[in-house]
Amino acid sequence: MNRVTTNEAVDSVADSEVATRISAYVETKAKAAVAHDTDLAEAGILTSMVAMEMVVFLESAFEISIIGRDLKMDNFRTVNTMAALVTRLRETAADA
Amino acid sequence: MVTPVKCLVWDLDNTLWDGTLLEDDQVDLVDGVLETITTLDQRGILQSISSKNDADLAMARLIELGIADYFVLPKIGWGPKSESVREIAEELRFAPEAVAFVDDRPQERAEVEFNLPGVRCYSDAQVPSLVTLPEFTPTTITTDSRRRRQMYQAGFQRDAERAAFRGPDQDFLRSLEVRLTIGRATEAELGRVEELTVRTTQMNTTGVFYAEETLLAMVADPAHEVLTVTVSDRFGPYGAVGVVVLDRHPEVWHIKLLATSCRVVSLGVGGQILSWLVNEAERAGVHLLADFRPTERNRIMEVTYRFAGFTDDSCECVTPVPAPDTGSNRLHLVPAPQTLSEVITLTAVDLRTPESLDRAS
Repeated sequence: MNRVTTNEAVDSVADSEVATRISAYVETKAKAAVAHDTDLAEAGILTSMVAMEMVVFLESAFEISIIGRDLKMDNFRTVNTMAALVTRLRETAADA
Repeated sequence: MVTPVKCLVWDLDNTLWDGTLLEDDQVDLVDGVLETITTLDQRGILQSISSKNDADLAMARLIELGIADYFVLPKIGWGPKSESVREIAEELRFAPEAVAFVDDRPQERAEVEFNLPGVRCYSDAQVPSLVTLPEFTPTTITTDSRRRRQMYQAGFQRDAERAAFRGPDQDFLRSLEVRLTIGRATEAELGRVEELTVRTTQMNTTGVFYAEETLLAMVADPAHEVLTVTVSDRFGPYGAVGVVVLDRHPEVWHIKLLATSCRVVSLGVGGQILSWLVNEAERAGVHLLADFRPTERNRIMEVTYRFAGFTDDSCECVTPVPAPDTGSNRLHLVPAPQTLSEVITLTAVDLRTPESLDRAS
């Protein structure tokens, strides 16, 4: 389960509001409690449909757009990696 | 080509039956309506109801008339008709453009047209001629068309069990005992393949229509593969739910079309087909190219490809492959072994052997 790298970027958002909101949404899909570092693909939660729903949820909840190479499984593997993606895309949008 | 209607939504009072249920002593079917209903049903066009009425009384009358089973997801109540038509489309996962509405009252048609511009509206006077219109005349009628209503009804039963299921979705999927079969299309199946290329919009990677003659030529040519996907589970068959059109080149397989029915999205069938294809390509030692033409409705297919590892990276393997059609993107993958879903039982053809050799052996 500890496949997530514990780099700073991930740590800093791990308990943030972003991660909390994402995990609340994931739990409605999983119908169970989900740890922020649970591998959702391995847990069988990240089906194509849930993946699509996650993309749409993240885009509308955090006012970002996830396109091209950011649409990869590794970015959606855990609540923490999704939170890191959201944080990065928000920063990129703010810089632009 | 005219966009086919996949579901016709009926008004009841003075459209389906003659009179007003809550005012008249007895209402009976308008002459010819039964023939229209049964003809559309045989053609695989779903039918539903949007009526401002007392729901219990209206359903009771439909049962007495012996036609209640023809309608899926009937909406009988007092809300705006555009809302009930919208709900029907959403629950069927159809675009508004695939839905039609028939009502004797011009105000109701105008309300639906205003709020749902994609929905085609017809008056009661047009009912007898509906079956002659091209939008109600599918190019092919298959065994799947004839049992489409029953397959949808099994689907609603499945969805209800799923919603009530306590525990992870994966456990529910396991309980369904899903069987997925991927095989080379036979000539007899090409009508169903053509039908799928017309009917699928959401789960269609390029939106290219393949006519039966084109498919016939491709099936005969070992450089092409036309694969059909069928699914069944303990609720019964889903019928043919997917098609893959693939060109073989020595170094690369080129996926020209991957389309699956929206009825199997929640089973993860699209992802499973793609994982299987990746494994076959890996064993054959070839790269994969996939054409993708974004539309308003097919983003889930891009997500499926990208989650499987496809990227925009260029590769030398594209050299022998003709450039994509205008508006299409080309995605690329160097295959690595994929873990297939453990909750779906897969039976599939061995793609490493081209069809001609397969037949000879």
